[in-house]
Amino acid sequence: MEQLKAHIIALLEKGKRHDGRDAMDYREVSVENNPIPRANGSARVKMGNTEVIVGVKLDVDVPFPDTPEEGILMVNAELMPMSNPDFEPGPPRAEAIELSRVVDRGIRESSCIDFGKLCIKPKEKVWVVFVDIYPINDDGNLLDASALAAITALKNTVFPKYDEKEDAVLYKELTKKKMELEFIPILTTFGKVGGHLFADFDLLEQHSMDARLSISCLPDGGIAAMQKGGFGTFTEEEILNLVDLAVIKGKEIRKLIK
Amino acid sequence: MGKHAGAPDKLIVSGKRLDGRKFNELRPLTIKAGVIPNADGSCSLQLGETQVLVGVYGPREVFPRHMTIQDRAALECIYGMAAFSTSDRARPGPSRRSTEISKVIADALAPAIMLEKYPRTKIDVYIEVMNANAGTRTAAITAAAVALADAGIEMRDLVASVAAGKIEDELVLDLFEPEDNYGEADMPLAMMPRKKDITLLQMDGNLSPEEIKKLIEMSMKACEEIYEAQKAALKEKYKVSSESVEEEAEDGAA
Repeated sequence: MEQLKAHIIALLEKGKRHDGRDAMDYREVSVENNPIPRANGSARVKMGNTEVIVGVKLDVDVPFPDTPEEGILMVNAELMPMSNPDFEPGPPRAEAIELSRVVDRGIRESSCIDFGKLCIKPKEKVWVVFVDIYPINDDGNLLDASALAAITALKNTVFPKYDEKEDAVLYKELTKKKMELEFIPILTTFGKVGGHLFADFDLLEQHSMDARLSISCLPDGGIAAMQKGGFGTFTEEEILNLVDLAVIKGKEIRKLIK
Repeated sequence: MGKHAGAPDKLIVSGKRLDGRKFNELRPLTIKAGVIPNADGSCSLQLGETQVLVGVYGPREVFPRHMTIQDRAALECIYGMAAFSTSDRARPGPSRRSTEISKVIADALAPAIMLEKYPRTKIDVYIEVMNANAGTRTAAITAAAVALADAGIEMRDLVASVAAGKIEDELVLDLFEPEDNYGEADMPLAMMPRKKDITLLQMDGNLSPEEIKKLIEMSMKACEEIYEAQKAALKEKYKVSSESVEEEAEDGAA
């Protein structure tokens, strides 16, 4: 592992990556809409060899007492053991919980969803939006792939019919109502090793790096959420530099959502 | 099984099933091997709207350690359903149903695997139903056999699997959801096609011995068809294109 790290650093000194990319290049990104017919909206994202499927399910429930007129967003990640030899079966651990919470904040804090519009009857009935993240193959940077798949799945979401009298969601009867997104937030994550910064790390780089910084940015250049991870540190200058880069990379990635 | 709310009036209309199939017809089947680069072996399978993904890891170190078997490999299958795979959201994590299905899947696959070749190791078979429309356990077995072969694990044969059942007094192959929910009987079966050994059999509903015989015959015939699709998927993955042969020749020369 130390040798690999030294190799990755030596390459970055020359501005290169072990797979031939430049420091700030993403791998090839592709987005597939609605691969899961049973979901109310879904998306498959591939970033190089990293592959994630996200499905959205809608349900109706009682709102939280502190937000009686707002719908509920629930983001959950299942780090499937089939996607990485290091993942074990069982309830979500810290890694999965961090992943789902970073994706959650990137969406929630951007205010791209008007939760007031998800209210059916104040204090009694609101839509609950379940966003479930399933990595199929983890070759690093699950954060960006999951966030992109999540926002695309939300954009693809169509509401099922809700029978108010019976208090039942009729999943087999779809309405024409689509999930309204005011705009598309994009999460971009950068790694750092030996003082060098780079975008969209693969699994080898992820195992070698000291720290990462995830930034959720808006089309107008605003920032909605950030998360630093790993035992390493960033300087103020590095963070400001990455915030600028995140906005540029975010614009490129946003174009892939159709 | 009586009439339920939401049940279709009829499951058979003018001699055809609700999705237009004949009684002994499989849904469209697509099998792909090697779809998860991290896994030692993998497979994606689509049967009509049912979608299943399987990743195999191993033979590898046994974890937890107490599962170690001195003279052969331990086999663990874990069957799960993605939260968005069903009409109502399925809570992630094991249930009584998924725990039983995981066990019968392991029992269906084990006879085909030369576990004795890999003592004190473990073979993990991870199965996730991504979209459920009946027949998920049989789809899982078919896909898992391909993933095990893709992992290069020595096997006596593949295992092909399908369900058959009875709807409105007719015996039909490969039930889809309305037939599974409102039909009279359902009988999943798996077999190793080379010697026609049956490795999984379950049944619920109401059938006469004569009907059971007919359903077994119908399923075994369908398993032959599935077997061909399994073999084709494996051949497709390990097919060497003429381009890559040339590339290798060039690499060798350099």
